Amino acid sequence: MRTRFRAALMAGTAAVLGLALTACGGSDSGSGQQAAPARTLTVSAAASLTSVYQQLGTEFQNANPGTTVKFNFGGSDSLAQQVVQGAPADVLATASSKTMQTAVQAGKIQGEPVVYATNSLQIAVAPNNPKGITSLQDLTKPGVVSVVCAPAVPCGAAAEAAEKAAGVTLTPASEEQDVKGVLNRVQTGNADAGLVYVTDVKSTNGAVTGVSFPQASAQGAVQSYPIGVVNGSQNADLAQSWINFVRGQQGTAALQQAGFVTK
Amino acid sequence: MRTTVPRFLWVPAALAWLLVAIPVAGLVVRVDWPNFLGLVTTPSALAALRLSLETGLATMVLCLLFGGPLAVVLARSSLPGLPFIRSVVLLPLVLPPVVGGLTLLFLFGRTGPVGGFLDREFGITIPFSTGAVVLAQTFVAMPFLVVSLEGALRTAGERYEAVAATLGASPATTLWRVTVPVVLPGLMSGSVLAFARALGEFGATITFAGSLEGTTRTLPLFIYLESESDLDGAVAMSLVLVVVAILVIVVSRTRDLR
Repeated sequence: MRTRFRAALMAGTAAVLGLALTACGGSDSGSGQQAAPARTLTVSAAASLTSVYQQLGTEFQNANPGTTVKFNFGGSDSLAQQVVQGAPADVLATASSKTMQTAVQAGKIQGEPVVYATNSLQIAVAPNNPKGITSLQDLTKPGVVSVVCAPAVPCGAAAEAAEKAAGVTLTPASEEQDVKGVLNRVQTGNADAGLVYVTDVKSTNGAVTGVSFPQASAQGAVQSYPIGVVNGSQNADLAQSWINFVRGQQGTAALQQAGFVTK
Repeated sequence: MRTTVPRFLWVPAALAWLLVAIPVAGLVVRVDWPNFLGLVTTPSALAALRLSLETGLATMVLCLLFGGPLAVVLARSSLPGLPFIRSVVLLPLVLPPVVGGLTLLFLFGRTGPVGGFLDREFGITIPFSTGAVVLAQTFVAMPFLVVSLEGALRTAGERYEAVAATLGASPATTLWRVTVPVVLPGLMSGSVLAFARALGEFGATITFAGSLEGTTRTLPLFIYLESESDLDGAVAMSLVLVVVAILVIVVSRTRDLR
């Protein structure tokens, strides 16, 4: 019994090692083929950019043979903190100007970061809008269960700004930790309406309907997406071409497709 | 006389103890002591503490009322399929609480079979209510009481009950006058464990009940939210939770030793 277990363990270890070796071999042979030197661009990007950036990453690699784009997706706050602490990244793309400023003030961004896209709130409701919700005011109607983000997190702060602009005080059934939590409540039918971003509505592929409202563009309600080259990057030129690519035709198309407003 | 512990056990034993002790000690060091009192007495923090204690007690009562009888059935009856029944009861011990919360949501949510019925017929919505918190906590805490009580019942054996029965006591009289007094320590420590588990419950609660101050935002949910914006507040309240947990353990252990 015991020897059999040990044999299985060794076989498993060998398999893992083998895989690791093949993986190394693969990347080596890839670079030998091309004339262009192999380079890796590391992009630290907000989690809400995941699908757009992954798509753009593939397109960028195709346009720049020999280049590998590596992503580090996460919360904007922790990404900025990582860059401040000296984590290796060439590009920083956060989901708020405030988090970008943390990196700028620490002297970690080359020049001025540019805001290339914005994202705004929508009211997520069930498909076909059974409760007939057309405005923020409608969320206060009796019998409408609404859900928002907690004011302490960015989407909650945005919701609060929109409420203020509309002169409405919502009484949500729950204040979620993040926007996906809100979306989930609406998708499972436990809430009638939730304040989420346009991109979140799009990402459900029709599982929820988005209702736009004028106060979504109020000051403090709009989420901006700044991007900048990290100071000390070994690939500053490549980092700049990534930023140009994201702001170029392909980038703009992908961002708009996902529901962002591009600048 | 106590048996001697082999020397080679000391090092891993010490490491095991340190694995728990050092992070907790680190928490104590990280606390912003000058502002501690202010941080733990904000209205939001007090509301969370109060909700946690209230729902924890309610959970304990529910576990006693329903888990107690279940433990007696598991320990004393000869139902067919008893092992199967027992494994189902133990499931929440192994399942990630988030999974528990999702299953509750699919059953009792507004679109679920039970929740949908209650919503349509009686206008009762379970998610987002304090009742949902208690339900989620009872789901995860129940096995703690059932396991301790069943163990106590099996250790106590059936001799006294058999004697009581031969003396003409009805099954109900035997239960109240013989069984319950004999397993009282087990019942107590099981209840305290269930209370403690309810106090620390997070995943099932946030998935099923949501998070709203005073209604569903218990202490663990409050700490999770605070960690997004005010780390000092989160650390301070974590320490409060640690102190409450230590008190609970001390209370339950002293009973065991007696």
